[in-house]
Amino acid sequence: MRGPLLRACNLRKSFGLLTACADISLDLHEGEVLAVVGESGSGKSTLLGLLASEIRADAGEVRYRFRDGEVRELQSLSEAERRVLTRTDWGFIRQDATQGLRMPISAGGNVGERLMAIGQRHYGNIRATASDWLARVEIDLERIDDSPKTFSGGMRQRLQIARNLVTHPRLVFMDEPTSGLDVSVQARLLDLIRGLVSELGLAVIIVTHDLAVARLLSHRMMVMKGGRVIETGLTDQVLDDPREPYTQLLVSSVLAA
Amino acid sequence: MSETVSTSGYNFAYLDEQTKRMIRRAILKAIAIPGYQVPFASREMPMPYGWGTGGVQVTASVIGPDDVLKVIDQGSDDTTNAVSIRKFFARTSGVETTTKTDAATIIQTRHRVPEKELGEDQILVYQVPIPEPLRFLEPRETETRRLHALAEYGLMHVKLYEDISKHGHIATTYAYPVEVAGRYVMDPSPIPKFDNPKIGNCAALQLYGAGREKRIYAIPPYTEVKSLDFEDHPFRVQTFDEPCALCGADNVYLDEVLLDDCGGRMFVCSDTDHCEERRAAGHRGPLSGETPFGEAAE
Repeated sequence: MRGPLLRACNLRKSFGLLTACADISLDLHEGEVLAVVGESGSGKSTLLGLLASEIRADAGEVRYRFRDGEVRELQSLSEAERRVLTRTDWGFIRQDATQGLRMPISAGGNVGERLMAIGQRHYGNIRATASDWLARVEIDLERIDDSPKTFSGGMRQRLQIARNLVTHPRLVFMDEPTSGLDVSVQARLLDLIRGLVSELGLAVIIVTHDLAVARLLSHRMMVMKGGRVIETGLTDQVLDDPREPYTQLLVSSVLAA
Repeated sequence: MSETVSTSGYNFAYLDEQTKRMIRRAILKAIAIPGYQVPFASREMPMPYGWGTGGVQVTASVIGPDDVLKVIDQGSDDTTNAVSIRKFFARTSGVETTTKTDAATIIQTRHRVPEKELGEDQILVYQVPIPEPLRFLEPRETETRRLHALAEYGLMHVKLYEDISKHGHIATTYAYPVEVAGRYVMDPSPIPKFDNPKIGNCAALQLYGAGREKRIYAIPPYTEVKSLDFEDHPFRVQTFDEPCALCGADNVYLDEVLLDDCGGRMFVCSDTDHCEERRAAGHRGPLSGETPFGEAAE
């Protein structure tokens, strides 16, 4: 039996006097979807940044199992190794698509960038792969040479997904991928993400304040409050039978449609 | 006002010796790391930024009393920029100047590489407006430096990809990015891509100075220089349908010259010295008798 894909031990991060994450540990296995929920300011996004080694932790470590089976501590990677990892084995879907995309560059160029970054130098092949991925995320192929500036919010998020998945990553970080979209667009995007995750066997860590999103996508769930994890468990279990008073409050605060 | 009076008080070639030493150190580092942009403490020069302050400082640092200087602007020896810089050095250093590519030991250039093959005893000094090839793709200097350090050049190909997707071919025609000695991607300054093949494996030392951006970089003699491209869209230079109208030369870079208001035009060598030399050797183009440049006396 192989170990977890990603293991975090006692991660801690403070910004001045404010503790954003306090002693957080977690395991993530291949093909597993983990949701991190909690109210605004509970440290969810900081945790995601720590795990994706975009923010340096004050204490603790993150171990990741590479494709060759070797487990390495992420802080020990050189900048070059870290960059190769983030653009091949990882993806990061951001809440604000303008931060996850290159806005002045066409949709096809956005999807092709990672391929060119890992050394592909055949225009025809790059374009064919980009077209294939645009089709998979349901973007009209006629828009391949359009800038994402002309895309709607939902299309931008789908383009971000195509751009990240084109190198077949094994782990994808998602930071509120559906917030700010109207409900019908949200539903289609969630459907798409769920399909791709199961089809490609992706491991996902998704940060959301929307419990419905967590219920739909994730296998396991972590509830955060004030920089601490207060409850973890299977998604159904946490949502249907919350143990902590705060989780009970969170679950009961969801408006029924 | 005599020459000696007006230049007294100035050091040889205008710059003081400490500044020259600083610039020479930057040049040596640039030669040691081909294609790498070396920061240097660019000085104020008695000309505006954009007029060749970088090239002038490099020339001033490498020129000696025995050198022969040629200055060209878009291939021409007689445009304002070229004439001014040539006069500047004639006055501040007293070196001999020339318009002959062969006779020069230092050639300062803006936007062209001479047609004639350069030799080992020559130095080509380029004036560079924007040295960073990734600038318009990535505005942050901290990030572009990191991309160079990690040789992460996928972004450069994204630009070429965009060209092909928009125009059907790589539409970049000048300042075409090159990879130097298999490592650094470099902006060859705004020379036409026609000249890119000449800067690779060149016998002369090539120095690039950017005064406003405070960077110096270099291509040492006989260095491999590769123009970036795609496997299915290989690098190609511009071609011209007709030879030079004055000297009949093929395979040279031509300028379009309008002749009248009725659509009359001709294409002539952008390298004026090359054209004059060919005409002196008896070569004739289709329009050589009908222009003021033709040898009416013959």
